Amino acid sequence: MKLNSNDKERYSRQIGLKQFGELAQQKLLQAKVLVIGAGGLGCPALQYLAAAGIGNIGIVDDDTISLSNLHRQILYTTNDFDLPKATIAAGALLMLNPTITVNAFPVRLDTSNALELIRNYDIIIDGTDNFSSRYLINDACVLLKKPLIYGSVYQFEGQVAVFNVVNENNIPSANYRDLFPQQPNNEEVPNCSEAGVIGVLPGIIGTMMANECIKLIAGIGSLLTNKLLIYNALSNQTYEMDITPKEETTLLIPPNEAAFKAMQYSFSCEAEHSFEDVGIKDFLKLMQEEDTIVIDVREEGEKPVITSFEHINIPMSVLKRQKPEINQKNILVFCHAGIRSVDAAQYLSNGKNKVYNLKGGIIRWMSSL
Amino acid sequence: MQLKVQAFGLLAEIVGNNIIVDKQTDTDSLKKQLAVQFPSLVDIKYAIAVDKKIIAGNTLINEASIIALLPPFSGG
Repeated sequence: MKLNSNDKERYSRQIGLKQFGELAQQKLLQAKVLVIGAGGLGCPALQYLAAAGIGNIGIVDDDTISLSNLHRQILYTTNDFDLPKATIAAGALLMLNPTITVNAFPVRLDTSNALELIRNYDIIIDGTDNFSSRYLINDACVLLKKPLIYGSVYQFEGQVAVFNVVNENNIPSANYRDLFPQQPNNEEVPNCSEAGVIGVLPGIIGTMMANECIKLIAGIGSLLTNKLLIYNALSNQTYEMDITPKEETTLLIPPNEAAFKAMQYSFSCEAEHSFEDVGIKDFLKLMQEEDTIVIDVREEGEKPVITSFEHINIPMSVLKRQKPEINQKNILVFCHAGIRSVDAAQYLSNGKNKVYNLKGGIIRWMSSL
Repeated sequence: MQLKVQAFGLLAEIVGNNIIVDKQTDTDSLKKQLAVQFPSLVDIKYAIAVDKKIIAGNTLINEASIIALLPPFSGG
């Protein structure tokens, strides 16, 4: 593929780099990169990848834009409130660079669609915000032999790594399970909504992810393969740890596509207590039953405020510190997107009560009104 | 003899950024000692790095070892 004069002008500042040149630019324009999660990490990564001329970008995200996203999710504006992230991000990228292809997939990644989506791309970028997705993506990338660029943030600290890159002997580098073999419960570690995050941190980490992606495609520099980089935004300190691929890790990963599709990532760590996912209609019906309590597990200040039915608020962060005494027979829980409430439902289920989770959370409810 | 241990992320909130613990000969005994000193660690999965290498199994340590405790986190 030859660069046209427009390309030569648009990318002139990076083509001019001695290590980069026209050849690296051609590689970028031919590359297909899938970014999963268009949030705090995904937005900056996407922005730089599109600007640098990655020829084909896919964006997977089923979430919609809320006001509390805007301090770090820089592809969105105040006017985009409640609109789907994948679609809006794709539009913003095409404004920045109309010469590339961008596909939006406003769906939730799960075992039924992950392999089909990932198979079509050369490199995968994980900008998701929960362990279920992270382990699912890691395992899918190992199965399909796709390089995976990993980044994650917690308060003022970030982690970056490049997983599963094959060397000249066709041996893959370490993957996520070589670092953390077993998936933690989502309730074990707070997410951004509960723990908070400084806005520029995912900006820094997401940009580092884009940098690793560009280097990997262009074949320049040294990558964070078999390494974990830790960055602290308060102290400006960075640490690099070596990761060694382990024999035992392969035993944790589904051996084939059928096994992958049968794997439970959403709650593979909790089993003994159960709850039931319910839709809006059933949720409203159950609410009318006797001896029933409705609990909002969102953090203080999360929008929208619910006034249309009676409920109490116990934020997930409070719930985790101390299990509340709830004596009602039926417990209905909900949150923003129906993810945190799954943890809450499992946590509150004690075998004697009946716990129901509002599937898709308040966002699905609002969009159905 | 004592060991210096550095903790990251959520673990730093539980044990502090840098802690001194009684010297242990390997990482398994260090883990046990930490669990006694900080009971809430028992419920948390974390990785240990010795001299900036993530360990795969029980690993020998000495007072010169640089030890770090790394928790997984998933924010994005």
